[in-house]
Amino acid sequence: MTQNSWGGPRPGSGRKPVSEPTVTLRVPVSHKETVVALVQRLKSSPVVRVPSWLEVHALAEQPPFLAIPLMSHSVRAGFPSPADDYIEKRIDLNEELIQHREATFFLRVRGHSMVGAGIDDGDELIVDRAVTPAHGRIVVAVVDGELTVKRFFQRDGVVKLVAESADFADIEFKDGQEMVIWGVVTKVIKSV
Amino acid sequence: MTTFALVDGNNFYVSCERVFNPKLEGKPVVVLSNNDGCAVARSLEVKALGVKMGTPWFQMKDLARQHGIIALSSNYTLYADLSNRMMSVLRMFSPDQEVYSIDECFLKLDGFGFDLSGYGQIIRQRVHRWTGIPVCVGIGSSKTLAKLANHVAKKRPQWNGVCDLGSLSESELHALMASIEVGEVWGVGRKIQEKLAAMQIHTVLDLKQADAGQIRRSLSVVVERTVMELRGISCLALEEMAPAKQQIMCSRSFGAPVMLLTDLREAVTSHASRAAEKLRRQASVAGAIHVFICTSPFREEDPQYSQGLTIPLPDATSDTKKLVKAVLWGLRQIYRPGYRYAKAGVMLMNLSPAATQQNSLFADEGADEESARLMQTMDLINRKRGKDSLFIASAGVRKHWQMKQGNKSPCYTTDWGELAVVRC
Repeated sequence: MTQNSWGGPRPGSGRKPVSEPTVTLRVPVSHKETVVALVQRLKSSPVVRVPSWLEVHALAEQPPFLAIPLMSHSVRAGFPSPADDYIEKRIDLNEELIQHREATFFLRVRGHSMVGAGIDDGDELIVDRAVTPAHGRIVVAVVDGELTVKRFFQRDGVVKLVAESADFADIEFKDGQEMVIWGVVTKVIKSV
Repeated sequence: MTTFALVDGNNFYVSCERVFNPKLEGKPVVVLSNNDGCAVARSLEVKALGVKMGTPWFQMKDLARQHGIIALSSNYTLYADLSNRMMSVLRMFSPDQEVYSIDECFLKLDGFGFDLSGYGQIIRQRVHRWTGIPVCVGIGSSKTLAKLANHVAKKRPQWNGVCDLGSLSESELHALMASIEVGEVWGVGRKIQEKLAAMQIHTVLDLKQADAGQIRRSLSVVVERTVMELRGISCLALEEMAPAKQQIMCSRSFGAPVMLLTDLREAVTSHASRAAEKLRRQASVAGAIHVFICTSPFREEDPQYSQGLTIPLPDATSDTKKLVKAVLWGLRQIYRPGYRYAKAGVMLMNLSPAATQQNSLFADEGADEESARLMQTMDLINRKRGKDSLFIASAGVRKHWQMKQGNKSPCYTTDWGELAVVRC
């Protein structure tokens, strides 16, 4: 046995140079492998790339405003309001009455030729230009340069605009006469 | 390969008016600028009569009587609403959209398949059907080519409103380009056109085939980029976010000439207030403010005077009170009695985001916070109760100077009291 195999520095022994404080962690034996593997992976890829969307979020200095339905009663440690489970947003008429926002216009009625269809002088119409005009629908058409509301008739080669009142004649279109349909009436707004 | 479409409304303001007033269809119609001064939009019929963009109304009055030209005051509320509708319909056709102006936008159509002309026709029909606005579609592999294609779609009826340059063979494309003046290219103004002519570059094809290096040396790198774009190499990307404005301008011509300082004071106060409101909306502050007044160059018999002054601000601000104070001081310096003033305006300059504002050594931070709160409150009240519910008193109450809008159409789409009437 020779002296020089004893003592002296042993590679890998002694206190490790640490750049930061360390902590001891207990991990379940079954998870040890996973944790070690994770640490190894972190070491081997020192550059952690932050996804761009995360950065965008990090830039916001103020939290975004959140609309939260208001609970109208105070909270008590007692019987909870049975209504809390039923909080819904309010009814939005734009959502209920309008199918295509970009294509929807309001028009005001002047005249009495459509009383039979429930459209009276002074009513407002919701008109959707995205809806395809079909036989039987109430439409806004261009007649003599004016917007006109009538029922659209298209059967057996006959195209006409039908009034819904005995006092008014239908408007027929002959060959070569162009009828321009401006939009389809979807709802009538009435004051009562 | 990149593919851009440029979609643009035909005679946009006139088309907006025609949506609710079909009587205007087929008739010569002009829309006049804010003060009922100059033509800012012309129907095809008016263009055919040779009326140029910007022609003052009084110069075309005779022609108007002769041909029954209908002149309308501009109704920007209506145009903005229909523009928004048009842009949201167009958004359905591409994930990438750049709204370029009130009536035109770029769409990116990379990888949209082969029949882009067919797609363009669908876009065109949908916008017309849904909003009532007729549009033309130009398609090309760079923004400059898309613009050029749009010009072709608009001017040459055989294209039926949609021109896809990618559908042409090289020889067809060259024949087309040889038939268009170089001045029609996006970014080639009159001055550049003159310089190009001196280099024997007259048509779009000439420019496409020009020596790019020589173009850069004798003109600019910008024109060189245009050459590359004409060759189908896309250099200009889609700008999806409108950049915050670097200057905010607010100016109006008067309804009738104005001579008194008091009227001018009211006008510039009013303009400064409006500009400050826009400034706060984009969360910026201004480092300087410019005020100008001028007589009408169209009234050649009048003595002419035109003067402006830029007033640097010690602390960048968006406070209406401070801006108005600066502007009124500036006006006092440039005002000369005895002239018939036709126009006054205010421009906010050196804009920067309010968040990065740097105060001077002597700034009173408490007062700044107070003024910010006051302005916020003022904007809120004006938003809720209508424009000018609350205003700086020097803007005046009667406003004699205010523009005339003699023949403005109703705000059909934004005011419940002004809905279009449908006969029944």
